[in-house]
Amino acid sequence: MTIVLAIAIGAAAGVLAGLFGVGGGLLFVPALLMLGLDQHQAEATSLLAIVPVVLVGSWRQNRYGNIRWGAVWKLGLGSLCGVVAGGLLAERIAAASLQRLFGVLMILIALELGWRAWRGERSGEPPSGGRSSRPLSDAKH
Amino acid sequence: MPVVLIGLFAGFYGALFGVGGGTIIVPALIWLGQRPKVAAATSLAAIGITAVAGAIFYAWYGEVHVLYALLVGIPAAAGALLGTFLQQRLQSRVLMALFAVLLAAIGLKLVIG
Repeated sequence: MTIVLAIAIGAAAGVLAGLFGVGGGLLFVPALLMLGLDQHQAEATSLLAIVPVVLVGSWRQNRYGNIRWGAVWKLGLGSLCGVVAGGLLAERIAAASLQRLFGVLMILIALELGWRAWRGERSGEPPSGGRSSRPLSDAKH
Repeated sequence: MPVVLIGLFAGFYGALFGVGGGTIIVPALIWLGQRPKVAAATSLAAIGITAVAGAIFYAWYGEVHVLYALLVGIPAAAGALLGTFLQQRLQSRVLMALFAVLLAAIGLKLVIG
């Protein structure tokens, strides 16, 4: 029964990943904890579970022409450094001490996005102000 | 350069909490002026790099359970097909509002603990 629930949570995580461009780790970690892994194992395993989601999602999105590959490589390069720093830190501290800080950050981001969505509703698409169509080209930044 | 910094922060956050970092990348790309659908698609691809790097890093510590990863990851890949299909049919504004709700829920959960 736990396994069925874990599969269902996995599928839901995939829908969120496809819709919003998040990897699905948000739901993977609790599902894996439910299956009996400890926190560190769940977080580590979650990262591997993200890989097939990204492969399928990117394949579809690439066909829709939505991926800016120049930005992908830059984000990836930055994140490689970040992963090492974050990983080393996670092995040494309880992430709980940073949780509240990140929680507040998420709420602030949510309010900002909500404001943009609401403003977009009044002024029509595109909703991202005067900078809406600027491409993330390789020449910039 | 700002894009590399976004990646740096997202990777840090992702490794710390075992997620890919999309909750950081998507709003940041929208803030830089990208359309929400482009931000989401670009984020998803970039997360692949973060996730592979993170998985290899943790495998070094022997904490990756491959069978469990497949158990949730394969249904999730099927879910991603549905998610991208839906995303193409939703207005950007609706997508952004839904994403804001998701982020607020995550934020509240992190704050409450």
